[in-house]
Amino acid sequence: MALALQQLINGLTLGAVYGLIAIGYTMVYGIIGMINFAHGDIYMVSAFIAVTAFTLLATFGISSIPLSLLLVLLVAVLFTSVYGWTVERIAYRPLRGSSRLAPLISAIGMSIFLQNMVQLTQGARVKPIAPVLVGGIDLLTIDGFTVRLAYSQILIVFVTVALMAGFTWLITRTSFGRQQRSCEQDRTMTALLGINVDRTISLTFMLGAALAAVAGVMVTVYYGVVDFYIGFVAGIKAFTAAVLGGIGSLPGAMLGGLLIGLIEAFWAAYLSAEYKDVATFSILILVLMFRPSGLLGRPEVEKV
Amino acid sequence: MNKHILATGFSLFALAGSNAWAEHLVAIAGPMTGQYASAGDQIRKGAEMAIADINAKGGVVGQKLKLEIGDDACDPKQAVSVANTMVNKKIIFMHGHWCSSSTIPASEVYVEANIPVVTVSTNPKVTDRGLKNIFAIAGRDDQQGQVAGAYLVEKFKGKKIAVVDDKSAYGKGLADEVAKAMEAKGVKPALRESITAGEKDYSGLVSKLKSSGIEVMSYGGYHTEVALILRQAQQAGLKLTVMGGDTMSNTELATAAGPEANNVLFTFGPDARKNPSAAPVVKKFHDAKVEPEGYVLYAYAAFQLFDQAATKAKSTKFADIEKALRSGTFDTVIGKLSFDAKGNSSAPAFVVYQWKDGKYDYVKK
Repeated sequence: MALALQQLINGLTLGAVYGLIAIGYTMVYGIIGMINFAHGDIYMVSAFIAVTAFTLLATFGISSIPLSLLLVLLVAVLFTSVYGWTVERIAYRPLRGSSRLAPLISAIGMSIFLQNMVQLTQGARVKPIAPVLVGGIDLLTIDGFTVRLAYSQILIVFVTVALMAGFTWLITRTSFGRQQRSCEQDRTMTALLGINVDRTISLTFMLGAALAAVAGVMVTVYYGVVDFYIGFVAGIKAFTAAVLGGIGSLPGAMLGGLLIGLIEAFWAAYLSAEYKDVATFSILILVLMFRPSGLLGRPEVEKV
Repeated sequence: MNKHILATGFSLFALAGSNAWAEHLVAIAGPMTGQYASAGDQIRKGAEMAIADINAKGGVVGQKLKLEIGDDACDPKQAVSVANTMVNKKIIFMHGHWCSSSTIPASEVYVEANIPVVTVSTNPKVTDRGLKNIFAIAGRDDQQGQVAGAYLVEKFKGKKIAVVDDKSAYGKGLADEVAKAMEAKGVKPALRESITAGEKDYSGLVSKLKSSGIEVMSYGGYHTEVALILRQAQQAGLKLTVMGGDTMSNTELATAAGPEANNVLFTFGPDARKNPSAAPVVKKFHDAKVEPEGYVLYAYAAFQLFDQAATKAKSTKFADIEKALRSGTFDTVIGKLSFDAKGNSSAPAFVVYQWKDGKYDYVKK
């Protein structure tokens, strides 16, 4: 029982991070119908920016935890959004209107480029930071097992919930959200109505990157160690989350992320950590067999 | 045209400046990039120093050595392609690879091209296949497992011990040997688990250890995962002692795990830095601002072996070197070495170390 509760906490934390990255995949897919395979590496870049920022703050002697967290978040979101914008401008915009495969390949190219760039400029070694948020709350003890809620886990869940609320508001209530949704439905018509489609797409990429940046900072705080390769595994898992929840659907991406986090956590604790990924991807296959558009995705109807 | 003549003239001049007209190509291979790159770095530093020293005294059998570096990132597929590249470059000696899972397939390529291989890989399969070209200088995991198993049983009597590995050839091999050694002493591991290397989240494993009341974890695998497990155990309020293998001899463990690294014990060959005979070489490394930890001195010793074997055989032909390596005893920075028919070295037994504030030393009895 205590173990289950502990794994529920761990799984939700992990799932929140996957969900944040998954939203980037799902938004980009929604608006231009392509999978941005470089998204995982954008997340990795943000983790590196976070490590650099934390180290710089430490040398400037800023030791207040809330202040340094806020500053690092701001810096990471800012720089990573610029990365997101640049990636779209260089690798995807010139290919808009070409075959569907072309931007997919350039996305993979971009992913390899970012990975190698970070590896060469930052080195292949893992980059650790001193623990930022230490300690946690002991919730309850059953049979000698103490359920512990780490402060960093509270932070991750809190930030994710706040961001999700903000995002839902942005997409459903603001004029940018309306422009974005109309681009999703019909780009030509949107352009005819006087909306700058290129700008909307760029902004979408930047928003996706900003969310990945938050995930990157959270992961840096939570695990304390980053390397140039973290984008790959996280990217694949988040992509799975997006597909599981229904690609193109924002709540779906979050739901998919949480589900994968929970499946991983419970599988690792009760069955075997060895077959954790097998479980995750088997469930993905099963869901896609019975609901090809994902859990919350709407099936695409071809209009005649 | 003029430029050509000029260039030829210069190169002739340059060649005349050196003692030899040709160079022996020798190579190292290992994870120069990837998550275990810091080990590749150690090998490179050791090899560069050894080759500089050998060339300074006139090279091997009258010819200087030139170092080629191969990067396999500890990926078996990449290791085989590195091996083929090295064979095409006609190297005459290889020190590598580092990960057992790379050394095993790569050595099959080298044996066909008659290239002697001196490796620090410790999986028993490295030498048990009976390849004629392989010489292992860092012991074997069955020896390592016995030392670790015996230590665990004796030191942590009555405590619950888990045996965990990362599913790699090296990690699983070592963990199996530790479990076997523990069982031979009448202690069954309280938990046997595997994890996936390269992930970041090991909270599932940590919760499982915590709920099973595990205090000691024997781990077969590499240092990067141990650092993460320790940090996450600390966050979850679990006090965990880790017993690892030779790969824990990496300062990256201490930087990545922070103060938690003090809970790491590991088995490794005796610290060559303590050998009085190695003192001049150790000083040289210190002068070059290199700490000769981990595999640095092993790499140095590998090239000493090649140099001494070739000098003894007065040849760099494979058959002569192989015969020399098998028949003689060699005085290297890591101690006196000789080899049996399979290529297992007489390297001294494994010792238990402990990390303490960023440095490792023999564990206090």
